[in-house]
Amino acid sequence: MPQVVTRTWTQLKPARKAAIPEGLWLRCPGCAQLIYRRQMEANLHVCPECTHHFRISAEQRIAQLCDAGSFTPMFTGLSSGDPLRFRDLKAYPDRIRAEQIKTGQRDGCQAGEAFIKGRPVMLACLDLTFMMGSMGSVVGEILTRAIEHATKSDLPLIVVSCSGGARMQEAGLSLMQMAKTSAALARLDDAGGLFISVLTDPTTGGVTASFAMLGDVIIAEPRALIGFAGPRVIRQTIRQDLPDGFQRSEFLLAKGMVDRVAPRAELRSEIARLIDYSGK
Amino acid sequence: MASFYQLDFEQPVRELDKRIAAAERGASDDAQLPAPALGGVEPHPPAESGELRALRAERLTLLASLYEQLSPWNTVRVARHPQRPQSGDYIALMCREFTELHGDRRYGDDPAIITGFARLGHHKVLMVGHQKGRDTQEKLACHFGCAHPEGYRKALAKMKLAEKFGVPVVTLVDTPGAYPGLGAEERGQAEAIAVNLREMSRLKVPIVSIIIGEGGSGGALGIAVADRVAMLQHAWYSVISPEGCAAILWKQANEQTNVSSAKALRLTARDNLKLSIIDAIVPEPPGAAHRDPAGAAQALADWIVAQLDELTAETTEDLLQARYDRFRRLGEFEESAEPEPTPELTP
Ligand SMILES: [Zn+2]
Repeated sequence: MPQVVTRTWTQLKPARKAAIPEGLWLRCPGCAQLIYRRQMEANLHVCPECTHHFRISAEQRIAQLCDAGSFTPMFTGLSSGDPLRFRDLKAYPDRIRAEQIKTGQRDGCQAGEAFIKGRPVMLACLDLTFMMGSMGSVVGEILTRAIEHATKSDLPLIVVSCSGGARMQEAGLSLMQMAKTSAALARLDDAGGLFISVLTDPTTGGVTASFAMLGDVIIAEPRALIGFAGPRVIRQTIRQDLPDGFQRSEFLLAKGMVDRVAPRAELRSEIARLIDYSGK
Repeated sequence: MASFYQLDFEQPVRELDKRIAAAERGASDDAQLPAPALGGVEPHPPAESGELRALRAERLTLLASLYEQLSPWNTVRVARHPQRPQSGDYIALMCREFTELHGDRRYGDDPAIITGFARLGHHKVLMVGHQKGRDTQEKLACHFGCAHPEGYRKALAKMKLAEKFGVPVVTLVDTPGAYPGLGAEERGQAEAIAVNLREMSRLKVPIVSIIIGEGGSGGALGIAVADRVAMLQHAWYSVISPEGCAAILWKQANEQTNVSSAKALRLTARDNLKLSIIDAIVPEPPGAAHRDPAGAAQALADWIVAQLDELTAETTEDLLQARYDRFRRLGEFEESAEPEPTPELTP
């Protein structure tokens, strides 16, 4: 059962991130060209030369997707406990604390009601900057509440995924978040709700193998890595190199696993159009 | 690999076994075997000497105490013991008239998951279970218990059939994880597991799951969304294998880091029960299931039948609500008393 603590987030909330290097120019991993950072950022964090989609935080995603100022954050009071007293080379609470200071976020998911091109939606975005967007109890709980809220309020549910998978430091409890979120989606489905799942680079492991692949419609950003097992594990298992483009969005489209591959600039209109078709 | 299964913590048992063997030789040398009685009735075995009886009792106590305090890593090793009973063995020992059903009607028949109708006690059930394979050929066909998408889809297709028939589902989980390979990814491993999680959560018949050996990650959960979940005493269940976890968080998997990660992952039956991830632990015979498969199967069958007796008495609505609640409450977090911003739509 959730434990209510009295300390306030403002006491904990660290100074806004200063960690990201802010050079004027950066080298694009897609085309290896030097590109002007401002121009890339103004282009929704997409390389103007080669359309490489840079990874973005949940905060940036929300700003890009929603009508300006329309996002109302929900379920913001949740943060991780340490139910297993997990300790690898570092203790789990220390890891969490370091991530909170680095990102200014409590955990790896932000959710809330918003408008997209004037359509009301329930939006949840995983945050890759927080422990690789891994799903532990907090992420699972926020997603489940978001799904339940969408069901109750008859709002279209949009989830933007990017994640390394289940959070190992919560062991079996993180595994259970896969069942919990999927069960909530069954109820949304029973209620006739709409779920649009947006897959971005990278979406792997327990996140892909639960809510992320359960969209009524699944849209992937170009060239995103999407899969169950990571490429390294597969390479080790089969002892051969992986084909070019394996586990990328376009590969999944060709194999029939996603409905559409859509560039970032078109996500808003893609989502709005699908909402209109669903009659929501 | 073979030396791995020389379970080192069993050394004292092997010592005792030698003494028992010696005592047995002594006993048979002394005893005059009576001639077989007419009519082919088996002769009574020679009465055991007091020493032999004492040694056998000591052996049982020793096994019980060794297995009582198994470390997490040793639990994993026992769960992977090559003689440990598999789904096929349990089905043969527990069920009558097992009628296997093959194939997902989409791509193929994955032998890493077996499915079929059977009678278990006084219940008709659908049995679903991971199969690792016994001989080399079967092991390769089963990918050592690592199922492909067609395995998960076969399981779901047969569960839907069980739902239509109003027959409860029993799943036996025993997998290191879902198969990580080219074909598995191409054919949608993630989607297959995800759909099982969603559909099992709303399947309108009782579901009982038992982790009988290895419960590795999504590949295990993919057939383990159930009304009641149990583990055999020496099975393991967690989000990743200890080696996988060690390789990522400890940067390398070796005997030492495996021990550490097995402990950290809380993968034993006792830990999973404490975390409410499972509802019960089914005890194994002294010295684990591989020493007495029939005994293990009996305990397992008794537990399953008891659960089905309860679950089949419930209304579908209650059943599904309880199943939802069971998974809904899993997870631990802190929630601050800070008021949330009011979720009002103000564009
Ligand atoms: Zn570029």
